[in-house]
Amino acid sequence: MDINDLRALSVVLMFITFLGIIAWTVMGRRDRFNDAANLPFADDDTDQTREKEKSS
Amino acid sequence: MANPHIAKHPEYDYDTVRLFCIATIIWGVVGMAVGVWIAAQMVWPVLNTPWEWFHFGRLRPLHTNAVIFAFGGSALMATSYYVVQRTCQVPLYSKFLSRFTFWGWQTVIVLAAITLPLGLTTTHEYAELEWPIDILIALVWVAYAANYIGTIAKRKPNHIYVANWFFLAFILAVAILHIFNSIQFPVHLWKSYYVPSGAIDAMIQWWYGHNAVGFYLTAGFLGMMYYFVPKQADRPIYSYRLSIVHFWALIAIYMWAGAHHLHFSALPDWAQNLSMVFSLILLFPSWGGMINGIMTLSGAWDKLRTDPILKFLIVSLSFYGLATFEGPMLSIKTVNAMSHATDWTVGHVHSGALGWVAMITFGAMYHLIPIMYGRKQGQMYSIALINLHFWLATIGTVLYIASMWVNGLMQGLMWRAVNEDGTLTYTFIESLEASMPGYIVRTIGGALFLAGMLVMAWNVWCTTRGRWREEENPTTLDPVLDSGVVAPARG
Repeated sequence: MDINDLRALSVVLMFITFLGIIAWTVMGRRDRFNDAANLPFADDDTDQTREKEKSS
Repeated sequence: MANPHIAKHPEYDYDTVRLFCIATIIWGVVGMAVGVWIAAQMVWPVLNTPWEWFHFGRLRPLHTNAVIFAFGGSALMATSYYVVQRTCQVPLYSKFLSRFTFWGWQTVIVLAAITLPLGLTTTHEYAELEWPIDILIALVWVAYAANYIGTIAKRKPNHIYVANWFFLAFILAVAILHIFNSIQFPVHLWKSYYVPSGAIDAMIQWWYGHNAVGFYLTAGFLGMMYYFVPKQADRPIYSYRLSIVHFWALIAIYMWAGAHHLHFSALPDWAQNLSMVFSLILLFPSWGGMINGIMTLSGAWDKLRTDPILKFLIVSLSFYGLATFEGPMLSIKTVNAMSHATDWTVGHVHSGALGWVAMITFGAMYHLIPIMYGRKQGQMYSIALINLHFWLATIGTVLYIASMWVNGLMQGLMWRAVNEDGTLTYTFIESLEASMPGYIVRTIGGALFLAGMLVMAWNVWCTTRGRWREEENPTTLDPVLDSGVVAPARG
């Protein structure tokens, strides 16, 4: 086994990892992804509530 | 002079973000103006003045560095620093590192603007800056990475939002690319030689060059897309699952594609063919990302009619789809045999640079800059002027890329035409003369695009002064400030 076998092996391992990521994505729970997708809106009210706290 | 309209956020560091926003606008005007100038030099060679500092060869790298690293870089740093705070719900890791990245990066830009016209260059495309500046870039970039990762590390939500994954990939990949493509041997302060040479040097250069496209101009701006499109459309991304697959597929494949810049060169054939295959595969993640962004508007297409900011964001995705279809096609060796070194390449770059990178930046900036000045998202001085900018930018881009398609195809066909006895049908100068109409149209397109940028600069200036323009058909967004106070002057 020479260095080129290791190089070829690294490509195969990378590809298996990629398939693993896809499997994880497809089988993951839907509500978890929905929560993640809503992260840009999670801190929406911070500005307003803080302003109110300051003025009260 | 203190500006009373500046928004001091109680928790987040908006000051650094605001500085980068303003830098984005200023460098956008400068970089695009230089671009129009050198386009005009192609039409009127007399514009290559007697001073060598302003010749095409000196100004061309100044243009590319200014639009990519000054305009695009400032935009990426502004939006990444903003998005990471909002989606991690914590302020930036270090105020010092934030300020260091800003002033360090601006120093790099100023040094580039001085050294490139002086002819101080490594001659490596998109990596022209000499070794002392390279070291400063590396320092700034490490500070940027540390600050970004530090912020993510102390985040409140458990999950790291997908936009941050793209920004992180962009930051890490650019660090690696920059360091490995800067292995130079300095002979004095402003001259160095690359340690690798020949085909290996070329391979490293285009591994760098294409991944600058893939990670800097694509992954970074996709990070922008994954935050600002959902935010401006007020709906979450179409498919979060698709965004994960999009991310991993894109970063796994891009790294292999660079050698398509070296078709029919001294590079081994297998490396050329491999790069072509990976370039073709790249179509899938690219279009997956485009579909994910555009379909976010599914069920709310009417917003496109009323919101010019959303128009910028969605049309940028259309140009992204166009450029990432054209790219794989150009990487096919038989197509490349005709397109290589013609204006088609220049057109392809600009369909990505003007249509995708600049337009998504405009959309993100119009969303972000009002927030930096205590207004609601997208509440610029004038919405009508955003619309005007949108049409100037769109028409400018279409004129630019259409003229370069025509020129590129024509040049490719003229250069390869042979007579029956095997001699060339056309001289080079004949193809240059035939390209003139295209160069004129390109200059007009670029000037329109620059005019749009100037409209934006005016709109931003008035927004920073706290002004509102009275408009007959104002935005559908209600004119309420972040503080809950109704804005006084808006229709």
